[in-house]
Amino acid sequence: MSQVLQRTSATGTRATRVIGATSILVMAWVVVSGLLLTPQDVVQGESVRIMYVHVPSAWIAYLAFIFTAVASASWLISKKHSMGFDRFAGASAEVGVMFMAITLVTGSLWGRLTWGEFWQWDPRLTTTAFLFVTYIGYLAVRRLEGSVEQRARRSAVVAMLAVLEIPLVHFSVVLWRSLHQGATVLNPNGDVKMDDLMLFTLFSGVVGFTLVFIWLVLHRQRTMLLVDLANNQGLDSAIVARRAEGSAN
Amino acid sequence: MKNISGTKVAKGKVVSAVLLKDLRIELRSRVVTNQVLPFAGLVMVMFAFALDNDDVLERVAAGLIWLATLFSLFMIVQRSFAIDTADGALDSLRVAGIDLAAVFFGKAIALALKLIALEVVLICGAVLLYRVDLSANGLVLLVTCVLCATSGLAFVGTLYGGLTAGAKGRETLLPLLLLPVVAPVLIAATRATEAAFGSGGAQTSEGWAWIGLLTVFAAVFGVGGSLAFGSLIDE
Repeated sequence: MSQVLQRTSATGTRATRVIGATSILVMAWVVVSGLLLTPQDVVQGESVRIMYVHVPSAWIAYLAFIFTAVASASWLISKKHSMGFDRFAGASAEVGVMFMAITLVTGSLWGRLTWGEFWQWDPRLTTTAFLFVTYIGYLAVRRLEGSVEQRARRSAVVAMLAVLEIPLVHFSVVLWRSLHQGATVLNPNGDVKMDDLMLFTLFSGVVGFTLVFIWLVLHRQRTMLLVDLANNQGLDSAIVARRAEGSAN
Repeated sequence: MKNISGTKVAKGKVVSAVLLKDLRIELRSRVVTNQVLPFAGLVMVMFAFALDNDDVLERVAAGLIWLATLFSLFMIVQRSFAIDTADGALDSLRVAGIDLAAVFFGKAIALALKLIALEVVLICGAVLLYRVDLSANGLVLLVTCVLCATSGLAFVGTLYGGLTAGAKGRETLLPLLLLPVVAPVLIAATRATEAAFGSGGAQTSEGWAWIGLLTVFAAVFGVGGSLAFGSLIDE
C-alpha cells in the first residue's frame, strides 16, 4: 500500500501540466482583453466586463453538475462500481459549487450596477441559488462518516435525486413568478449585438474556464484517491498492530 | 421477497406492520402531540408577534401554516429515525429480508398521518388567530392541497431521514438537504392554500393549478423514494 501511495503521491502528469499552462495563457489573455482591450458597453458601461467572468463561470457550474450526475449514474449502473466515478462526481461537484458561488457573486454585483438591485426573484436566478444549496448539501453528504462504498452509494443517490429535484424547483419558481408578476428582469438575450472582440473575449473566457475546470477536477480527484489510500493504509496498519498485539499475548 | 426463515412476506403486511409500529410509538410517547404540536403552535404565535399587523397576518397565513409544517417535519423525521437507529431497529429490518420499499411506504404513511393531524391544528389556529375565511369551495381545495402536499413531504422526509439516520450531525444536515427539495411544495401548497382562504383577493379556481404540481412532486418522490430508500439505508 505504501508503494502505491508513493507512486501516486504527485497529482500532476504531463497532460495536466499542459492543461495548466494553457489555461494560464488563455486566462491572462482574458484578463488583458476583458479589462483593457474590449470597449465599454453602450448601455451597461464598464460593468459589462463582469460578463467575462460571470458567463463562463455559470457555464462551468452547470457543466460540473451535469458531470456529477453522469458520473453518479455511471457509478450506480456499472457492475464494478468503480470508485473512479465516485471521485470524479465528488471533484466535479466541489469545483461546480465554487464556480456557482462565483456566478452568484458576480451576478449580484452586475445586477446592482445594471438593475440597481443585488437580487431579483427571477426563475433562473432562484433556480441557480437552489442548485447551489443543493450541491452544498451533496458535499455535506459526501463528508458523512462511513466506508468509501457507503459514501459513493449515498452521494450517487443524492446526486440522482438532485436531478429529479432541480426541474421541479425550476418549474415551480417559473409558475410562481408567472402567476404573480411579469418579468421584471431585463432580458439580456434580447437584441444584444456584441462587438467582435467582446464576443471573442467571452469565448476565450469560456475556453479558459473550461481548462481550469478540467485541471482542477483532475487534480482534485487524484487528491481524493490519495486520501482514500491513506485512510486504507491507516486501517491496514491498525489491523497489523492489533494482530501483533494478539500474537504477543 | 423472502425473509430469513425463507417464507414470503407480503408487501402490504410489511407496510402495515411498519405503519402500526410508528403509530404505536407515537401513541405511547406522544411526542407529536406533546412536543411538536405545541412547538408549531408557538411558531404561529411568534409569527404574529413578529408581523404585528392583522391584515398582513391574514395575507400571509397560508405561508406561515406551511412554514410551521416544514419546521415540524424536521423534528418528526429526526425523532422517527432516531428511535429506529438507537437500538439498531433499522439494521434489523434491513437484514430481515423484507422489501425495503415497503418499509419506506410504511414509514411515509405514518409520517403523513402525523403531519395531517398537525396541519389540521395549524389551519384551525390560522382561522382563529389570523382570522382567515374559509368557504365550502375553499375547504374542498384545502383538503386536496393538504393531502397532496403532505404525501410529497412524507415521501421526501422519509427518504432523507433514512439517508441521515445514524449519521453524526444529522440534526443540522437534514434541514440543509430537505429545504431545497421541499421548496416546490412550499410554493405550491402556499399558493393553493391562499386561493382556498381567498387571501389577497385570490380566487379558489387559481389554486387548482398548484394541486397538479403537488401531485407530480408526490408521485416523483414516491417512486424515486421507493427505489432509493433501500440503497440509502443499506450498509
